[in-house]
Amino acid sequence: MTTPLIEARGLVKRYGTTDALRGASLRLLPGEVLAVTGPSGSGKSTLLHCMAGIVRPDEGEVRYGAERLDQAGENRRSTLRRTDFGVVFQFGQLVGELTALDNVALPLLLAGTSRAAAHKSAGTWLERFGVLGQAGLRPGEMSGGQGQRVALARAMVTAPKAVFADEPTGALDSLAGEQVMTALVHAARESGTSVLLVTHDAQIAAYADREATVRDGVVETEDEPAAEVTR
Amino acid sequence: MSTGNVLLGLLAAGPGHGYDLKRRHDERFPEARPLAYGQVYTSLQRLVRDGLAEVDATESDGGPERTTYRLTERGSLTLRTWLGEPVPPAPVSAANEIFAKVTAIIASGFGDPAAFLRLQRAAHLARMRELTAVKTVAGAPLSAVLSADYALTHLDADLRWMDNAAQRLGALAEEVTSA
Repeated sequence: MTTPLIEARGLVKRYGTTDALRGASLRLLPGEVLAVTGPSGSGKSTLLHCMAGIVRPDEGEVRYGAERLDQAGENRRSTLRRTDFGVVFQFGQLVGELTALDNVALPLLLAGTSRAAAHKSAGTWLERFGVLGQAGLRPGEMSGGQGQRVALARAMVTAPKAVFADEPTGALDSLAGEQVMTALVHAARESGTSVLLVTHDAQIAAYADREATVRDGVVETEDEPAAEVTR
Repeated sequence: MSTGNVLLGLLAAGPGHGYDLKRRHDERFPEARPLAYGQVYTSLQRLVRDGLAEVDATESDGGPERTTYRLTERGSLTLRTWLGEPVPPAPVSAANEIFAKVTAIIASGFGDPAAFLRLQRAAHLARMRELTAVKTVAGAPLSAVLSADYALTHLDADLRWMDNAAQRLGALAEEVTSA
């Protein structure tokens, strides 16, 4: 069996008196696109947050290689989110004052890359997502779909091992959503990046290689991995 | 949708012989079932009989004879009428095999309806993945994209229905077993 890139086991997460997760387990394999689906309130976003090291579970383990993300401190987890993981939410959360180019270059600049090299790389990723023409625009000057493609370029610019996308098309109409998903899946396959895609929309889940369904804080079903994930 | 109406639509683009029309159709709707040549031929005869199409020319180019057909005034009017009418909304509830199986599983006790719905979801999503691959391949013609979208949205509607049904299996079981 393929060694997972990230493995969650028996995650429990409580918010106040609500149990968002009640023993959820999931494996994200290297290079796969995995859709996590379920009704709203099922715990699928909390599962993503735990596996991306955004929050720590109250119980259970999150293994990333030899590391335990559930035990890692905030500094280490935040470094990982800049270097090894990319994150995209429903609303891209781009920096409003910066141009698309500067937004995408930002993670590289934070990691100490020179300005020229960061901009060059950012331009390449904007082009791959079909938004190079918007390089000089600020988020408020772009359409929702363009903004999400810029957010994806920013998530991919550090060549992460995994991208975590939480309802990345949730605020888009279906054609814009289609462009965002096609761009994401093509880019991930080309670079061998794993994608954990949280969505309530089966048509978006159909872009993934397999599906895990979440209900009441547990993973109810998880498709078997394909014998060989084709790239 | 009758083959006759389809042929009237194809003839509206200009006269053609049977094989031409079949080719036009199959190229335009690559995801649809190809028109059977025999069906095209008999439908053309019927259109001629009803005065909706007529023989345009008979050519032989040294090979076998080929008859070219064209639309008549009446055929054009029939086509116009057909294109102006809405397609009857399909009576899907009558032909819902998924619902029939769920009910029969409950009534017979042969299996678990929730497990069946999970199995059905996996089958639907597998098909949706195939269709998504068809429409996202680089350079896919719009006709293929739109055909795939049509199937995808219908499968998605099934899935939404299945989600609703899955949440109400308890109440359904009471209704089925008390009847």
